[in-house]
Amino acid sequence: MSLGEEHLPPGPRPSAPGPTFADVNRDVIRTLGTAGNLYFAWMSVVALLLALGILAWTEQIYYGIGMGGHRAPQQWATYIVNFVFWIGIGHAGTLISAILYLFRAKWRTSIYRGAEAMTVFAVLTAGLFPVIHIGRMWLPYWLIPYPSERFLWPAFRSPLLWDVFAISTYLTISVVFFIVGLIPDIAAVRDGTTGWRRRVYAVLAVGWQGTDRQWRHYRRAYGLFAALATPLVLSVHSVVSWDFAMALLPGWHSTLFAPFFVDGAIFSGFAMVLVLLLPMRYYFNLYPYITERQLDMMARLILTTSLVLTYFYTCEGFVSWYSGEPAERASYLFKWVGVYAPWWWLQIFCNSVVPLVFFWRRARIHVPTLYVVSLLVLVGMWLERFNIIVPGLGHGFYPWAFGVYLPSVTEVAILVGSFAWFFILFLAFIRVLPSVSIVEVKETIPHPVRAGHAQHG
Amino acid sequence: MAEAAPTGVLGVFAHVDTTIQAIRELRARGFKGVTAYTPLPLPEVEEALTGHGLPKSPVRLFTLVGALTGTASGFALTIWSSLKWNLVVGGKPVVSIPPFVVIAFELTILLGGLCTLLALFVLGRLPRLHGSPRYDPRFTADRFGVEVFCPPDQLRTAEEILRRAGAEEVRA
Repeated sequence: MSLGEEHLPPGPRPSAPGPTFADVNRDVIRTLGTAGNLYFAWMSVVALLLALGILAWTEQIYYGIGMGGHRAPQQWATYIVNFVFWIGIGHAGTLISAILYLFRAKWRTSIYRGAEAMTVFAVLTAGLFPVIHIGRMWLPYWLIPYPSERFLWPAFRSPLLWDVFAISTYLTISVVFFIVGLIPDIAAVRDGTTGWRRRVYAVLAVGWQGTDRQWRHYRRAYGLFAALATPLVLSVHSVVSWDFAMALLPGWHSTLFAPFFVDGAIFSGFAMVLVLLLPMRYYFNLYPYITERQLDMMARLILTTSLVLTYFYTCEGFVSWYSGEPAERASYLFKWVGVYAPWWWLQIFCNSVVPLVFFWRRARIHVPTLYVVSLLVLVGMWLERFNIIVPGLGHGFYPWAFGVYLPSVTEVAILVGSFAWFFILFLAFIRVLPSVSIVEVKETIPHPVRAGHAQHG
Repeated sequence: MAEAAPTGVLGVFAHVDTTIQAIRELRARGFKGVTAYTPLPLPEVEEALTGHGLPKSPVRLFTLVGALTGTASGFALTIWSSLKWNLVVGGKPVVSIPPFVVIAFELTILLGGLCTLLALFVLGRLPRLHGSPRYDPRFTADRFGVEVFCPPDQLRTAEEILRRAGAEEVRA
């Protein structure tokens, strides 16, 4: 039933002797202990980079939005690229926690918590960029429909407003889904710790005891959350893509954009999941839980989404030729041979060529290969967003309105700061909350039975 | 929930099958107040309990009501506020339904999700300040609990059933 469950490749399985129920609790609660020097070293580096980003933003607030290098025709540039990129990163988390849940893909249980946390933090990062981009960052409440004395309401026909609704719904539902999944696990942590930690986790566990009444409603609610999150995640990046597709600009005005954006989002998100989980697996020694099987399945999904993306790239070229529209053709040709051509071809290399290595099983379970490919995919996907937005705006209908943009120092510092913000949240998360789901991992390992033979749940 | 007699007994089990057996037997002998504690959701345990008339979880009703409220309020907000500021832009109708569908869709999911959360807390009686005093911390690790609430004169029978089913530990 589950994705790829039937075509298991040869190799080590999640359970040779396998962890028992008590092992799961011990191994996960162990990750919450006192942190080592390495952790604080990482935290310091990330905090420094975050400080750099905050400094750059402060500078922009003080001197004005001109500190960002965007000017006509590229009024949208790096900040919007970052926004689209970070929203996309979040999508893989929801895919793992909701869609694969509905597919009953058992391999997802040990990685879904990390992926879900990644979603929440990625959306929190993405949400900063519209605020940074509008310049007057104290006025974003204008986007919210509220009764004012002038009876002014937002323009609901604007895709930018759809975005406000889509992103805030996505953030809310992701946070709810994340927290609900955490409640029984926090209860397990509460029961496995002592002292002040125990008291803190007891409050967070809201009195969860795992009674049949609690589980009965929990299971039903969890399934419904997954059912609600599935159409939501597909809608969010579609709505983001309509920010562009609803405009008449050549290269943007395309019905292809919604699935194209959603696929790219999932593709980049899986790469980010690997970037986060591979070091986590190493430092927390989570090898019994995040096994080669998980890596293999993740790599397969990266390969699949990469192939779909290549198909969309091909379609993009075909459609702009087939349209017979000179401006459309010129805009597309500009990407191939214009000022931004090196970045375009680097994007094609990272997104369409590099992931092909995952056709080989050896590469799918080889940690350094996985890591390098994931990093290249992230680079490629950031460039893809850049190559849609910047050359698109720079090569519209009128030659006198063509233009070339390059990011300013402020923009680059804020981009670096956004990565630092994301990583600082994730680093904090893995030390205070169970980063592997205690409950869901137990669902996939043999349950203790008296009869003496193991039984799969 | 708490009936006239607050007395009860708890059995601690190490295995899934013995836990289910104990529940089945208790229900068969007419014990009404049976609570199971498990470290993970077990459909079998639920079945052993619902097999005797426990209703299906009504969480979905909350979700449905929330989702429909979201759809309705999404359309209501967009249509009403567009009419309030009656300005034709780009030759489009003032009440243009297709773009409003996006808002209505997002609010459907938002309110549907929030009502599901509400349902989980209301129906699951959370947050719970005072849980059962017989609760054992091992119930979130690798032990299963069966708690029986019954009048004092039936306590012996309940204890007997728990022990016979294979409880490691039985305590009042």
